[in-house]
Amino acid sequence: MSTKHAEAAERFIENKEQESWHNETLWLVRVKRDNMAMAVPEWEELRELANKIKMHTITHLHKYIQQFAENAEANGVIVHWAKDAKEHNEIVYDILKKHNTKKLVKSKSMLTEECHMNPYLIEKGIDVVESDLGERIIQFMGVPPSHIVMPAIHIKREAVGKLFEEVLHTEKGNSDPTYLTRAARAHLRNEFLTADVGMTGANFGVAETGDVVVCTNEGNADMGTSIPKVHIVSMGIEKLVPNHKSLSVYTRLLARSATGQPVTSYTSHFRKPREGCEMHIVLVDNGRSEILSNPEHIQTLKCIRCAACMNTCPVYRRSGGYSYTYFIPGPIGINLGMLKFPERYYDNVSACSLCYSCNNVCPVKIDLADQIYRWRQNLDSLGKADKMKKLMSGGMKFLFTHPSIYYNTLKMAPAANIMPRFMIYNGLNEWGKGRELPRFSGESFTQMWKKGKVQRKNNK
Amino acid sequence: MKVGLFIPCYVNAIYPEIGVACYKLLDYLGVEVDYPVNQTCCGQPMANAGFEDEAIPLAKSFEKEFAEYEFVVVPSGSCGSFVKLNYPRLLSKEGRESHTSGKVYDFCEFLHDILKVDKLPAKFPHKVSVHNSCHGVRELHLSSASELNIPRYSKVKDLLSLVEGIEVMEPGKLDECCGFGGMFAVEEQAVSVCIGQDKIKNHMATGAEYITGADSSCLMHMQGIVEREKLPVKFIHVVQILAAGL
Repeated sequence: MSTKHAEAAERFIENKEQESWHNETLWLVRVKRDNMAMAVPEWEELRELANKIKMHTITHLHKYIQQFAENAEANGVIVHWAKDAKEHNEIVYDILKKHNTKKLVKSKSMLTEECHMNPYLIEKGIDVVESDLGERIIQFMGVPPSHIVMPAIHIKREAVGKLFEEVLHTEKGNSDPTYLTRAARAHLRNEFLTADVGMTGANFGVAETGDVVVCTNEGNADMGTSIPKVHIVSMGIEKLVPNHKSLSVYTRLLARSATGQPVTSYTSHFRKPREGCEMHIVLVDNGRSEILSNPEHIQTLKCIRCAACMNTCPVYRRSGGYSYTYFIPGPIGINLGMLKFPERYYDNVSACSLCYSCNNVCPVKIDLADQIYRWRQNLDSLGKADKMKKLMSGGMKFLFTHPSIYYNTLKMAPAANIMPRFMIYNGLNEWGKGRELPRFSGESFTQMWKKGKVQRKNNK
Repeated sequence: MKVGLFIPCYVNAIYPEIGVACYKLLDYLGVEVDYPVNQTCCGQPMANAGFEDEAIPLAKSFEKEFAEYEFVVVPSGSCGSFVKLNYPRLLSKEGRESHTSGKVYDFCEFLHDILKVDKLPAKFPHKVSVHNSCHGVRELHLSSASELNIPRYSKVKDLLSLVEGIEVMEPGKLDECCGFGGMFAVEEQAVSVCIGQDKIKNHMATGAEYITGADSSCLMHMQGIVEREKLPVKFIHVVQILAAGL
């Protein structure tokens, strides 16, 4: 009775020091988010607006996507349409090939991660350089991101120091953050200067103008698009907002929710190619239009990838990003994984105590926990329900729909200290790891009531 | 005013004294209280585990058991919110309506919002740390959820402030989960225990002698850990404090 997530989480927790540090570090981000949220009097109104605008946009996507593409093309941008990850990667590679690209410098993009683009391009001989510091660190390490906004949050600076000694030849034993950041900066500067093509993701696409908006804290997207002559934008079709006025709702919410900053250091708007340069936008579906037709899970398309749901999640903070089998962890990742491939990613559905904190921090009000509850209802029909949970649920139903048997069992329970087999069988062994079992009272409330021990004497 | 007391299955078996306190307090407040003896379980354990259809027959019998009462009152927010929020949808699967959904109240909510209790004879000269349970906070709105930018309030603390001699504290990470989550506690036991240990640490850091709360299930989970680790803190349901001396 445990899932791959539960097993991986147990291993993560075995290193108590690491777990505790991870938990507290991400909680600190939640606290920073709270401070920001409480400082904006109209915060809850903003969330409601953000919810409504996104719902409106995704349910009128045909209109906005056409408007966006037309405006982008009128601005001189070359727009591509990719129905899935494979097409996305091929389109990107075609552009790179056309420009005899040896080096691609890119800013952070969860969509390129979703499309497994880096390994695809590296296989083709392209030098792909991540320029976000956290992404660069994990790229050097050869590991995936463990968090969607702070991809290297699980790595301590000492480990980064050691890594940089090897790859950037920094001083031995120096893990001073400023020193390491300067080393990374010098290294990346050279990558920016020698890259043939720059790539970014897109936080937002503005339909009214065809603008692409990219939010970073390091300015790396700006460096990567200012030097190379070609800029490729990889953008999911759900990233659209109707106009600048609606965009402003999200730029107020994004950084506050994500990192507890009032705004990202850089909020860059890209409208058209620089003089003598090329700009491409690859619009990617990859399952999104299918989610549009799924009323139980359509709300996931509102997601602006702020990761507030991860930072608040008591399970994520104590199990780490790698305990999830989908590349996006936490509440939103549980749902997106199930939408992608339920038979492969169902192990993550257990990673939720249904505390509903994620629903409350979500800046676009996605019903994250409700969706996880709904996935659990579907596991049985997928053939992926836990057999023990099914047995226990069936056993409980039997007992609870037969009050006389239930109450007879209860009567015997304290005296004989017996419990129905389905309860003892396995589930409670797990309970017993770290917890004492609750003890049955000598008499149940029902027995006491029936004997008149509860009621006031002159009452009945 | 006729109130049907809803005593969740595990409270019935493990903590009957909480049920007794509910009765005494409501009776003291002049409420006509009855206890339908054939009630069993609301069905939440199966539903949260992914088998909500198993809860439908329980919902049907719950509806029958509590049909005659004006209010249904329960000393466990999570069970109450399951009835309130899920019964209408569950019963609609069989073309039925829920009549209990609109009249089920958490015990504290009932005292605070319906009876509007503003004085109590209770004395409890102890320091307590209030456990703000997830479903009580985020589904029944017993207090302002820490994530939301809304005016701060707590119905539980309001009620406890009527008790003489009590010192009321709240833990750091004010309304973080205790890690119970029904079958989550066994399916994800390592995470569940870890969340619970952290929660207890936060409660104990207040210097409280007692951890108290409106939801018996969270208290049961934390008590399991405290007993295993032999920690010097006790548990008491809010109702037991409010009914102290009755």
